[in-house]
Amino acid sequence: MKNPITGLNKIFDNRIRLGVMSVLMVNEEISFNDLKQLLEVTDGNLATHLVTLEENGFIKVHKGFIGRKTNTTYSITRTGEKAFTDHVAALENMIKGIR
Amino acid sequence: MDAHIQPSGSLQDIKDIRRIMERSSRFLSLSGLSGVAAGVCAIAGAVVGNSMLKSYYGTYDSAGYFSGDDFSKLKLRLLGVALAVFVIAFVSSYYFTWRKAKKQGVPMWDHTSRRLAWNMMLPLFTGAAFILGMLRYDVWMFVAPASLIFYGLALVNASKYTLSDIRYLGYFEILLGILNMFFIGYGLWFWAIGFGVLHIIYGVVMWYKYEK
Repeated sequence: MKNPITGLNKIFDNRIRLGVMSVLMVNEEISFNDLKQLLEVTDGNLATHLVTLEENGFIKVHKGFIGRKTNTTYSITRTGEKAFTDHVAALENMIKGIR
Repeated sequence: MDAHIQPSGSLQDIKDIRRIMERSSRFLSLSGLSGVAAGVCAIAGAVVGNSMLKSYYGTYDSAGYFSGDDFSKLKLRLLGVALAVFVIAFVSSYYFTWRKAKKQGVPMWDHTSRRLAWNMMLPLFTGAAFILGMLRYDVWMFVAPASLIFYGLALVNASKYTLSDIRYLGYFEILLGILNMFFIGYGLWFWAIGFGVLHIIYGVVMWYKYEK
C-alpha cells in the first residue's frame, strides 16, 4: 500500500506557512499588510516564514511603492501551487484512510 | 516521518485551509439586516413616489390639463425621492454590515471589501450613466426596468466576492427587469417589488441562515 504521508510537505507543517499558501491559492496577489491582518500574526514572524517560502521557490515577491511607502506584495509560483495541491491531496488521503 | 502528523491534525489543517481561503477571497460580513433595511427604504420611497404621481394626476382631473411646468417639477421631485432613497438605503445597510464586521472582529475595509465594492459599482455606475443618458432624451419608461436589470447584473457580479447566495437575488432582479419591459407603465410596482419586497425576503433568509 502506498504510504499516504509521502505527499505531505514538511514546509507546510507550520500553520503560518500553510495559511500564507492558502491565501495565495485564491488571491492572485496580496500585500504584506493584508496577509498580516488575515493570519493575525506579528510582522517579524510573518516575514521569517515568507522568506522560507520564497527560498523554496513557492512564492514570488514584488516590491513596489504607494507614494513613498513601500508596498510589498506576494504571489504563488507554479512550484508552490503544485506543492500545495499535493500536500492537500495527501491530507485528504490520510482522512479517508482512517474512515 | 513526523510523529505529530495525525489524521485528526490533518482534518484540522483542511478545515483551516478552507476557512482561510474563504475568508481571504470573499467579504463575508454582509448582513441580512442590510437587505431588510434597503427593502424598507425602497418601499417607503415607492409609497411617496406613488402619492406624488396620484396628486399630480389629481390636478389633471380638476384642471383638465397639465401645464408643462407641473410636469418638470414632478420629474425633479421624483428624482429627488429616488436619490434620497438611495442615500438612506446605502447608509442604513452600511450600518448593519459594519456592525456585523465589528462583531466578527473583521475589518470593514480590507482587500475583500475593496474588491466587492469595485465589482458591484462597475455595473451599477454603468447603469446609472445609461439611465441618465435616457433621461436626457426624456425617455422615462425604461427607468424602472433598466435599474432592475443593471442592479441584478451588479449583484450577480458581486456574488463572486461575497456570500454567494446573493446571486439568486440578482437573478430575480434581472428577471423582474425583463418582465417589466412587457408591462411598461407599472414601473413603480416592479420597482417596489424588486428593490423592496425581494430585498426584505433575501435579508430575512440570509439573517436566518448566517446570523441567527
